[in-house]
Amino acid sequence: MSTLLIIKIVIILIIFTITLVAAMYSTYMERKVAAGIQDRIGPDRAGPWGIFQPLADGGKMFFKEDFIPGKSEKWLFILAPGLAMFTACMTGAIIPWGGTVTLFGETFNLQIANIDIGILYIMGFVSIGVYGIMIGGWASNNKYSLYGAVRASSQMISYELAMGLAILAIVMSTGSLNLGDIVEAQKGGQWNVFYQPLAFLLFLVCAFAECNRAPFDMAECESELIGGYHTEYSSMKLGFFLFAEYINMFISSAVISVLFFGGYNFPFMHDLGLSANAITFIGVGVFFAKILFFIFFFMWVRWTLPRFRYDQLMQLGWKALIPLAVINLMITGGWLMFKGDLLAMITKMF
Amino acid sequence: MKSLTNRSIEVSNKKMTLMERIYLPAVIGGLFITLKHLFMKGATIKYPEQTRPVSNVYRGKHVLKRDDKGAERCTACGLCAVACPAEAITMTSAERQKGEEGLYREEKYATVYEINMLRCIFCGLCESACPKEAIFLTTEILPANFEREDFIYGKDRLVEQIDKRIDVSKRQTMEVVTQKFND
Repeated sequence: MSTLLIIKIVIILIIFTITLVAAMYSTYMERKVAAGIQDRIGPDRAGPWGIFQPLADGGKMFFKEDFIPGKSEKWLFILAPGLAMFTACMTGAIIPWGGTVTLFGETFNLQIANIDIGILYIMGFVSIGVYGIMIGGWASNNKYSLYGAVRASSQMISYELAMGLAILAIVMSTGSLNLGDIVEAQKGGQWNVFYQPLAFLLFLVCAFAECNRAPFDMAECESELIGGYHTEYSSMKLGFFLFAEYINMFISSAVISVLFFGGYNFPFMHDLGLSANAITFIGVGVFFAKILFFIFFFMWVRWTLPRFRYDQLMQLGWKALIPLAVINLMITGGWLMFKGDLLAMITKMF
Repeated sequence: MKSLTNRSIEVSNKKMTLMERIYLPAVIGGLFITLKHLFMKGATIKYPEQTRPVSNVYRGKHVLKRDDKGAERCTACGLCAVACPAEAITMTSAERQKGEEGLYREEKYATVYEINMLRCIFCGLCESACPKEAIFLTTEILPANFEREDFIYGKDRLVEQIDKRIDVSKRQTMEVVTQKFND
């Protein structure tokens, strides 16, 4: 086996572990942030400051009764949480977690697979993600689950459009679908968020909708649909659904950081006079700080805004976000096409 | 359509302005409100470890006081039971035998003295009815129990322990005592 293969396997294991642990501790963070915003304390009984709470929750989930409703579609019912979890974990594969590292005479990227259609891969897996919810909702044979599933799928399909169009503006200005290239193009503080603020806003809103997070948590809708698609689920199957949501949130935060906030780039990274490896490792830390901020932002918004009504959600998606995304796309395209002419015209005027 | 009564009121259905319709200013305002709360001190009192400060005359669990020599003050007169609006107090009395002077202060004493804490409303009328300054309410909070029987407190749990005297001087001030005996 070549050294590179072993290194890649190690990276896969590390990233898989980090994804799971991050999702696990997101649940803890979520509860702490919620508590803080509501002037409470939050979990503090399991271990110091309650840091073992996620373990206790996981243990509880495992020991709960694993109930399958009698009139459900048994195999689909079992398949759905696994599918949700699988699609959530797969998207982590192409995120560039850091720059290049030289170890044991091999130079490699801190990325599982540097594929040229990175963004399409993400969009594809996000789209498949809705299958977990849809199958789960349908197989439960419960009207509330079905409502949740139908809402979730129509919401995801609607918001994927605006999301894709927002990303397209970034792709056009970078000229690449490869996430590694997009990050490299943002070197030296040239973050996309400064050039494409509207695209960032659109992407952010769509990311909330894609993750089924409040204020767009139509799929769950505790107050209207009991639990939405996971009403009939119990034990670790329910745990998988909830866990997949947190993994999705983690990956979304990573994608937002990559597309708009320069990924692992940080200001003055080449003026410090550090070795390439040191810069890469600081970069990984910076990347995780950005991800952490966005995870916090997701939670912050969840505990601030009430849920949208379903028709308002559709209205926002189709009548506001998609037109805005199209306009943004046209402006970007026009700028890229006539940039030379415009700059020449401006310099001629002065 | 003409309304049947004149009581109908025109509903204000004001069109939202553009700034209101794009939501973002309101959303950002809301985010800052919640952020402010994140840095506020929580209102939580972690109960078993921390307790809320209570007044000196807080009406909690009852105590049957002993006098300075350790003899029970209660003479089983029944005034507390009469005063009790919830009828939570029951007692049976007996005459003091020779040689029990150290145990009971008066010639008569309560062999059984029970307060049903499920009935008790913690009004404190027993405290003010008592002519012998025997029963007091304390600041101690009554614990929860699993069985209904466990809420009937007998003398074993009401009479103050001889080595763990309960200080009632803060609720039995001179002012209170003089007023009580003038009434």
